[in-house]
Amino acid sequence: MKKELRSYIASLLEKDERMDGRKLDEFRKPVKVELNISKNAEGSAKVTMGKTEVIVGVKIDVGEPFPDSPDRGVLITGAELLPMSSPDFESGPPDAQTTELARIVDRGIRESNFIDTKQLCIKKGEKVWMVFIDIYSINDGGNLIDAAALGAVAALKNARFPEYDEKTGKAKYGYFTNKKLPLGKDLPLTCTVFKISSKLLVDVNNEEESVIDSRLTVTTDGKNINAIQKSSDCELSIDDVDKMIDLSFKKYKELEAVLK
Amino acid sequence: MTYTKRADNRKFDEPRKMEAKVGVIDRADGSAMFKIGDTIAVAAVYGPKELYPRFLQDSEKGKLKCTYDMLSFSVPERKRPGPNRRSVEISLVTEKALLPSLDLKNYANTVINVFIEIIQANAGTRCAGICAASLALADAGLPMRGLVSAISVGKVGDQVVVDLNKEEEDYEGGSTDIPIAILLPDEKITLLQLDGNIKKEEFLKAMEYGKKTCSEIYKVQVKALKDKYKK
Repeated sequence: MKKELRSYIASLLEKDERMDGRKLDEFRKPVKVELNISKNAEGSAKVTMGKTEVIVGVKIDVGEPFPDSPDRGVLITGAELLPMSSPDFESGPPDAQTTELARIVDRGIRESNFIDTKQLCIKKGEKVWMVFIDIYSINDGGNLIDAAALGAVAALKNARFPEYDEKTGKAKYGYFTNKKLPLGKDLPLTCTVFKISSKLLVDVNNEEESVIDSRLTVTTDGKNINAIQKSSDCELSIDDVDKMIDLSFKKYKELEAVLK
Repeated sequence: MTYTKRADNRKFDEPRKMEAKVGVIDRADGSAMFKIGDTIAVAAVYGPKELYPRFLQDSEKGKLKCTYDMLSFSVPERKRPGPNRRSVEISLVTEKALLPSLDLKNYANTVINVFIEIIQANAGTRCAGICAASLALADAGLPMRGLVSAISVGKVGDQVVVDLNKEEEDYEGGSTDIPIAILLPDEKITLLQLDGNIKKEEFLKAMEYGKKTCSEIYKVQVKALKDKYKK
């Protein structure tokens, strides 16, 4: 079955075609971002890419800084590939795939310095704002990573601080201010490039994803590369990597436009 | 303490605004969304499929396994991801609330998995979850005796009310929360829990309110199922 699917998809790609009629470098349309989908979150977004649907929420709370960065706020990114979203996902503690997804999203945001964590310091060494990004897959229609990464940036942009209670030194849960997170102008945006035989493509659907040889997830701020993750079993040449990075940069403006 | 007027101006026997949609998750065998006020639940059904490990199988009939959870950001104070004692209990009572609606004798050795996630919470989440799950089971095409409709009734201060919101649950003059589920059209009770302090007469009045509201929910559910096939 899988062999036949693979040879079918590969033969289409040879002709620069895909099973759903898209070009190789074309995202499923529309890439849709809906904001404020969960009222109790400080920020939230739902991303739809074709049949893929991901929900990302941001919670902001007061906590202690890490000892090695006493004057910086804390960013924690988690993910749950809900068993509700695919027959392939199971309940239980996060597996390797889930952890990888959360870490890829985390690194793109962290390494681009998108959040100015110094501005999240309340009292050096004692109290800082903690930003939790939580990612949930609702329907896995392929390419969850790009949908999750886009949703994380959208939810951060959407987030506002909760009220801070000076007396107790805690956040007042359920009370929001109008103050937004200190975010940079350049958005860290993620585009994963997939390789099937010798062809490179983006935004795979379930069928394509089941037969990929290799995958390179690249997060850029439009100018610089902030994070890369090579995944899946097959090797890549330096020439492949070069082209994959170029393709990811090429898609930046398109993804940026979705969040405008 | 006298509770004379509800914070959101509802009548005492009036539920919050409801909305239901069937077929919201493409990968699932059945799925639905149920919204009541600010509470949003999504449910998905996978199965029936063979149950492993094998010793868990029932050679007489299929099994139902429900998993209820809340998204970490669905509540004001972030909930730690993953199951906790509360969600494990709710998963269990949800299973018991839905089982009487299903006829699983033709599905020996299999399991039907129901996953419920609360996207946004403002009280009544287990009931919203049950309403969504019952729709998802119907959407999956399983043989059913009817639909399960669920609502939380109770007492706020000295007043019997239906569909308590979070503010009413936390009412400082005391509140009693009674989540119920009714299998319709048979009118059989499939979920009944109670937390609080209430006289028997008040309890019976609350149940009356609940019965009436469940029949309203049932109409919303039936409409949502029909709407899926209208397009």
